Amino acid sequence: MNQTYLNAPPEESARILDARIPPGPLERKWTDHRGHVPLVSPANKRKHTILVVGTGLAGGAAAASLGELGYRVLNFCIQDSPRRAHSVAAQGGINASKNYQNDGDSDFRLFYDTVKGGDFRAREANVYRLAELSGAIIDQCVAQGVPFAREYGGTLANRSFGGAQVSRTFYARGQTGQQLLLGAYGSLMRQVAAGTVTMLARREMLDLVVVDGRARGIVVRNLVTGELETYAGDAVLLATGGYSTVFYLSTNAVNCNNSAAWRCHKRGAFFANPCFTQIHPTCIPQEAETQSKLTLMSESLRNDGRVWVPAKPEDRRSPAEIPDPERDYYLERIYPAFGNLVPRDIASRAAKRMCDEGKGVGSTGRAVYLDFQAALERLGRPVIAERYGNLFHMYEEITAEDPYRVPMRIYPAPHYTMGGLWVDYNLMTTIPGLFALGEANFSDHGANRLGASALMQGLADGYFVIPYTLGAYLAEWRPQAISTDHEAFGQAVTEVRQGIQRLMEVGGKEPVRDLWRRLGHVCWERVGMSREASGLAKALEEIRNLRKVFWQDLCIPGGQQELNRSLEMAIRVADYLEFAELLAMDALHREESCGGHFREEYRTPEGEALRDDERFSYVAAWEYTGDLQRPRLHKEHLTFEHVQPGQRSYK
Amino acid sequence: MSTQSMSFNLRVWRQDGPQAPGRLVDYKVVDISPEMSFLEMLDELNVQLIRRGERPVEFDSDCREGICGMCGLVITGVAHGPLPATTTCTLRMRHFQDGQTIEVEPFRAAAFPIVRDLVVDRSALDRIIQAGGFVSQNAGSAPDGNAVPVPKDDAENAMDAAACIGCGACVAACPNASAFLFTSAKVSQLAYLPQGRPEARRRVAGMVRQMDLEGFGNCTNHGECEAVCPKEVSIQHIARMRKEYWKAILG
Ligand SMILES: Cc1cc2nc3c(=O)[nH]c(=O)nc-3n(C[C@H](O)[C@H](O)[C@H](O)COP(=O)(O)OP(=O)(O)OC[C@H]3O[C@@H](n4cnc5c(N)ncnc54)[C@H](O)[C@@H]3O)c2cc1C
Ligand code: FES
Repeated sequence: MNQTYLNAPPEESARILDARIPPGPLERKWTDHRGHVPLVSPANKRKHTILVVGTGLAGGAAAASLGELGYRVLNFCIQDSPRRAHSVAAQGGINASKNYQNDGDSDFRLFYDTVKGGDFRAREANVYRLAELSGAIIDQCVAQGVPFAREYGGTLANRSFGGAQVSRTFYARGQTGQQLLLGAYGSLMRQVAAGTVTMLARREMLDLVVVDGRARGIVVRNLVTGELETYAGDAVLLATGGYSTVFYLSTNAVNCNNSAAWRCHKRGAFFANPCFTQIHPTCIPQEAETQSKLTLMSESLRNDGRVWVPAKPEDRRSPAEIPDPERDYYLERIYPAFGNLVPRDIASRAAKRMCDEGKGVGSTGRAVYLDFQAALERLGRPVIAERYGNLFHMYEEITAEDPYRVPMRIYPAPHYTMGGLWVDYNLMTTIPGLFALGEANFSDHGANRLGASALMQGLADGYFVIPYTLGAYLAEWRPQAISTDHEAFGQAVTEVRQGIQRLMEVGGKEPVRDLWRRLGHVCWERVGMSREASGLAKALEEIRNLRKVFWQDLCIPGGQQELNRSLEMAIRVADYLEFAELLAMDALHREESCGGHFREEYRTPEGEALRDDERFSYVAAWEYTGDLQRPRLHKEHLTFEHVQPGQRSYK
Repeated sequence: MSTQSMSFNLRVWRQDGPQAPGRLVDYKVVDISPEMSFLEMLDELNVQLIRRGERPVEFDSDCREGICGMCGLVITGVAHGPLPATTTCTLRMRHFQDGQTIEVEPFRAAAFPIVRDLVVDRSALDRIIQAGGFVSQNAGSAPDGNAVPVPKDDAENAMDAAACIGCGACVAACPNASAFLFTSAKVSQLAYLPQGRPEARRRVAGMVRQMDLEGFGNCTNHGECEAVCPKEVSIQHIARMRKEYWKAILG
């Protein structure tokens, strides 16, 4: 397959990446580790300045918790308020192995489901810790006043979520992310009032400052004044979310971006598994070119909705005219054990297959039905309204169709990115002192994330992991204070300023939004739901060409020293045009199918993903070499002691 | 879905900075499809402006699905536009008439200074929360989630209040530019829950005080706030906050 690379296969490092997983039995690792790491004394904590970038569940929880411990925290975000981080949009719920339902759940089962759900490409020790901490997250959120759904007896309610056979998902109507984020935001505001956290909103991090090999500061652009500002500290925590917007259209907010992570990558942080991207099966299909985002319809809908397409291709009748025997409830047919609740990667690919076979519905033929008729008959409208009312309302607002009467039309869309900065067990990247939390890191979900587990991971990282591992780092190192007068800061500012200058000076005619849309199109068509060697090689070529076009045709009206959204967007898209290449290269190098990474060439006779554990049971961590086309590959080999990798079967 | 194309006469508030004078500027947008959201329509206007070499209109948005509270425009006199229970980002152009003249202005209030064009500074709302809109709960010390049962109705009522997205439409719509609805939503959410009770007095006293300090007006029961609230937060929470407030003050 080597001929498919434009140059040569990636250079591979001989160095073994050490994840610094603590010794001992799986279920004791975290407890023992926590019990043995060195601590920072309370009096010393206030002498440490910690820069936390991002105020989502991961960043917000981390900043608040570190403030509670007495650290001096500076917290940054792009939006006008920390409460608006994109975690706010999560609908469905958050998992925890509380076993309140007495249905057989346990830390081990949550761990097992997550490793299997991730198609055996996640690190066992991290996943176990996540499961172990899941219960404490719920306790913390309840105590903060998060209004979770309750039973009549006053206890917490649960529901089941895609890919799980137990009911372990906690929720607050269809606004779970909002409520969890507001809980963290409340704690954060409390620390701001207490003076431990300084909140710096409408700031965008554009570079990392590394001094003597350690992360010591950041450069941010003040989005109101355009001023470049520098901040120094003893550690930098990156909690900047995922990169789904590389596809332009996704379920993510329009300000989501990968620039902070990418710039850290260029400063030496390895980027892991960029090709592990999640395409969510239940989104409202795209209707128009000018659309600015896609809207998710929560996965919880699959608990009561049945997915189907007309059994005959090119059947253009309206859904009501197609009698039951002429419908293909394909998920129930192909995966009888899980039916409509198969994991996301499986459901998304099945939908694509149906549409490829000409059975797609709607004006574009790229949609399948999600039908509530049976559930409405079984449970009645009030029950369905209570469960999904707000989602139905949202759907109707967008499509002008009433899902109580006409089946929803849904199609997969980019949603979540499992890849991210490589981190060790302590959430530290390959740059000492730079930590990555939440969706920005790569760690816990392998090649596919199960529903309701990103909220869990973000909060576990922020409330319960980083307070320990950051302390250990500082206690071992005992940093000397540093100021932004250090020459490394001046240098970084100059580089950022020059980068912005170059963008301003392109002087073309194209609005950045149009260029971004074109990049998204390439990524979606060739590096999206299914990938194939020649298409990926083509993608690399197209991305490189588009980069040229961008640097010739871009137009940014207005100036730098003011609020200028075109400039903000151009900075992010310029980074995406580089990152996209790594995304495609990673997809090309991984000659197997696993989770969200599906290569046409590697599939079972039934068309399912075919892993190659022999060759690819590793984390691909990419090092920036200064040459975008020649990144260096580092492998972290994955070993499975507690879950035997098998073919994932949901039949 | 229809493929019909619409056009509009926009009158958009332009202002270069907090101190600069502002004015309404007329634009015509064409080729707008009825499915587009109001913000996508403005995106289109901006593409047309950039192609003409003009400065695009600045406005805030993020999630574009009605949950983050970042967007917010006064559309022909109504915060978030003519449709009830809708944010600016989820409002579709099919609710307007082809050829209609639409005025687009920022959320105005003394406590919301204009940053640029349609972008305002709503950090005063964060400061109200800082004055007590939380439960003082350090990570690590929480009892089991089921240790304290919460009656389902209380949880539901708390959730109704907690649905507030902090957009500030209530302030923009109020003739007094009052933040009572915003503040009461948080007070009420935490008053319904046993976890919020221990600090109830301190909370309401602190938040109300901050509201005044920020220059928000008083509530004189116009009810405009409830009418424009995209999450239909009820003014009953204001009544509840008043009760909580008097309890706190009178001890
Ligand atoms: C529509 C939707 C529904 C979802 N539903 C669920 C669900 O039901 N259950 C579940 O478990 N997961 C769900 N997810 C996934 C989950 O919400 C996210 O993965 C998670 O919330 C990410 O949290 P985070 O803290 O890592 O990042 P985010 O919440 O995205 O926060 C990123 C933060 O970083 C800041 N930032 C970014 N770049 C910079 C920069 N350069 N400088 C300064 N600040 C920066 C942003 O301002 C923001 O504050 C959903 C996701 C979406 C999009
Ligand atoms: S952009 Fe988030 S509510 Fe409108």
